[in-house]
Amino acid sequence: MVDATGERRADVLVRDGQVAAVAAGIEPAAGATVLDAGGCVVAPGLVDIHTHLRQPGREEAETVETGSRAAALGGYTAVVAMPNTEPAVDSAGVVREVLELGERALCEVRVAGAITKGRRGEELAPLAEMAGLGVRLFTDDGRGVQDARLMRRALEYASALGVTLAQHCEDEQLAAGGHMHEGEWSSRLGIPGVPSEAEELMVMRDIALARRTAHLGARVHFQHLSTAGSVALVRAAKADGVPVTAEATPHHLSLTDEAVASYDPVFKVNPPLRPPADVEAVRAGLADGAIDAVATDHAPHAQEDKERPFDSAPPGMLGLETALAVVLTAVGLPVGRALALMSWQPARIARLDQGHGGPIAEGRPANLCVIDPAAVWVVEPDRLASRSRNTPYAGRKLTGRVRHTLLRGEPVVVDGEAQR
Amino acid sequence: MGIRERSATPPLRGVFVARSQVMDAGDLRRAITRIAHEVVERNHGLEGVVLVGLQTGGVPLARRLAEALATIEGSDVPVGTLDVAFYRDDIGLRPVMPEAVTDIPFDLTGKVVVLVDDVLFTGRTVRAALDALNDYGRPRAVQLAVLVDRGHRELPIRPDYVGKNLPTRRDEVVDVREDGVDLGTVQK
Amino acid sequence: MTASLLSVADLGRDGIEEVMAVSDSFVEVSERAIPKVPALRGKTVVSLFYEGSTRTRLSFETAARRLSADVMNFAVGGSSVGKGESLRDTVETIEAMGVDALVVRHSSAGVPWQVASWVSCSVINAGDGWHEHPTQALLDCYTIRRARGSLEGLRVAIVGDVKHSRVARSNVLAFSTLGAEVTLVAPPTLLPPSLHGWPVTASSDLDDVLPKADVVYLLRLQAERQTEALLPSLREYTAGYGLTRRRAALLLDDALVMHPGPMNRGVEIAAEVADLPSSVVTRQVANGVAVRMAVLFLLLGSTPAA
Repeated sequence: MVDATGERRADVLVRDGQVAAVAAGIEPAAGATVLDAGGCVVAPGLVDIHTHLRQPGREEAETVETGSRAAALGGYTAVVAMPNTEPAVDSAGVVREVLELGERALCEVRVAGAITKGRRGEELAPLAEMAGLGVRLFTDDGRGVQDARLMRRALEYASALGVTLAQHCEDEQLAAGGHMHEGEWSSRLGIPGVPSEAEELMVMRDIALARRTAHLGARVHFQHLSTAGSVALVRAAKADGVPVTAEATPHHLSLTDEAVASYDPVFKVNPPLRPPADVEAVRAGLADGAIDAVATDHAPHAQEDKERPFDSAPPGMLGLETALAVVLTAVGLPVGRALALMSWQPARIARLDQGHGGPIAEGRPANLCVIDPAAVWVVEPDRLASRSRNTPYAGRKLTGRVRHTLLRGEPVVVDGEAQR
Repeated sequence: MGIRERSATPPLRGVFVARSQVMDAGDLRRAITRIAHEVVERNHGLEGVVLVGLQTGGVPLARRLAEALATIEGSDVPVGTLDVAFYRDDIGLRPVMPEAVTDIPFDLTGKVVVLVDDVLFTGRTVRAALDALNDYGRPRAVQLAVLVDRGHRELPIRPDYVGKNLPTRRDEVVDVREDGVDLGTVQK
Repeated sequence: MTASLLSVADLGRDGIEEVMAVSDSFVEVSERAIPKVPALRGKTVVSLFYEGSTRTRLSFETAARRLSADVMNFAVGGSSVGKGESLRDTVETIEAMGVDALVVRHSSAGVPWQVASWVSCSVINAGDGWHEHPTQALLDCYTIRRARGSLEGLRVAIVGDVKHSRVARSNVLAFSTLGAEVTLVAPPTLLPPSLHGWPVTASSDLDDVLPKADVVYLLRLQAERQTEALLPSLREYTAGYGLTRRRAALLLDDALVMHPGPMNRGVEIAAEVADLPSSVVTRQVANGVAVRMAVLFLLLGSTPAA
């Protein structure tokens, strides 16, 4: 058993949705369901603070139900759904719609609200109204807020609500027309590139704005950081006491821009895959705490869309079902460290730590996952629970797999199979 | 009789190993001279006659035939070369490459074209040559001169002038060189 | 496994030499009264051009017809090939009709590779975005070879918008593979972000490079580059990088001037210079058909018809 308090060997008794007991050698009562966890790690369920569930609007790619099933299979007991749906999650009505869809889901579904109306970057969205429904994370993800003055106002306004503003850092002027990282590979392949500075300039700007609004209680979270420069900026800001947090995706920890040489749009993502030096820097950021969480940026796209020419294919990769295995295999993190980055630390950033990521102790909600760290498996796109198939790890052999997942005490995944 | 090796011409792959000599240098020379006389006789002189040698074996032969004709009649007969790679009907693993660029620097229309090749076998090369010639003009007539007719025709093609009739087995190979003709096999 | 021609790199030095050797025979065929051979009779060659180019498409079509192949053309804008039908659907529908070779041009890099992963017929890249244009490079090598005998040790200057040029990328590969020394000459905004690993030298001083060049290869400058803030004006481009009359006098006596066409007279090349004997642009066009015949013959000349 591994949680934020440490490691120990024990059985867990779950009753009425809660952890009832944690001890060695618990005798199962008659009629109790026994989930074998021999050789496995029992941990708090993973929390993904960056997922695209596509509903409402793009149900052909994913729905709340199918996305939550993928999440559960990946060991997640909670996800935060991004607001770039159609319509965008920029009002109480749409928040309610997604939350309602999530009630029957296989994981807890929370919602991130948009910072601006329609995510257009022009006017503030009704942040307080959405916060009233429990929204704790706001982002225009898919886009970054381009207007510095608007971002400053958003931080000031949000500081009174006890919420966090998350930023997809991309300066659209610099990035314009680019479809992959600008560098050696883009030059060779003849694909327009996005320079690292497109991300770093906005990181720099928002650190400055966060510094300015820190005294009000504003909090900034940087989404999917991908460059060495970004990591260095965040590291220095934290050292300076600026209240910022940051996440990185499994793909930015394990894949490089060379993958684009196949011209397969499966490898097209925003921010783009970077050269090895940047991947190394992001990994180092995980190791020294500059980066607080691994978030999947699970971005399903229908097959036809990913079969378009590279330039016109939409960016994004699946992530929920492979994240843990990639972090354990390709990045090589020990289980305890991986769990910190994927469970309790993101839970805290998204303010979900009442129910998720917390220590496995009597009286706490039973949101757990059981991980077999030695299980070897091959990623087969057709066998994924997601409605889409755009995983960059197709055919790869990974080590580490979720065996069981419990949501509020209900076994939603048993022996690697979703139960509903 | 020694065993000599020589690379076999495409599309055969392998090395030619001679088993017996069927014509020596003298036989060759005499055959060419005789054919030259036959060409002159058949065409009542050399007016309007042109030679076209088929790549690769027919090219040096056509040249020697032209020399013989010049000796007999005192006039120079135009000589061209034809590579039929683009007209073949084989289906193989690779396209057959042209050995050399076709060079027919005169108009064929109305002429008597004497096609010259070293060995007549299935007749397919000659059929391809007839198709090719049609794309250069409209000859008045086409005659065929071969040094060796080894049988095994697969098409209704017959030579007008033959140096030597040589019955062969299908798996045997006839190798024509400057100084003689050998019969043998190709070893891979 | 059918062979395709997606990149110059697919051929290697031997492959490029083979194409050029066979091209000699196809030049001869093209000069005949009846410029036709039956080598690809019964084969079907389909061109799928998502980007307009009458010249290249006609060149391929002529090449295929001269080999007696059947030809079909799909130009986007007409029939069902538009935004509605997906690239994969279009390509698989065409293949189902029976095709031996698919000649593909698209404004997006990599499309021929994607197409090749979906079909089993041969795929020929007729230009993919900024990336490659292999048959152009082959005909350029062939033109130089016919004029100068060999590219080994030849100094070639490629001048102009290299960043956006598939012709430049393919030519850099082809010329250097055959042993030429390649220098790129362009303003910094028109060079790729990184030349790391490219077998070239770069310069932004055309006057310095010209007197030492055996071949001057001019790239076309598209007017849009001015609107993308890459250049202040076309005039400034011509002043710095155009082959003006003054610069033409700096050329070596036997230097070749080449251009993939169509030329922007007055921009990358002065009108009067375009028609000098050192300009072999029309030869490039003529050789284009023979070289494309060679490519089609080498790819299709032996497999049974679809």
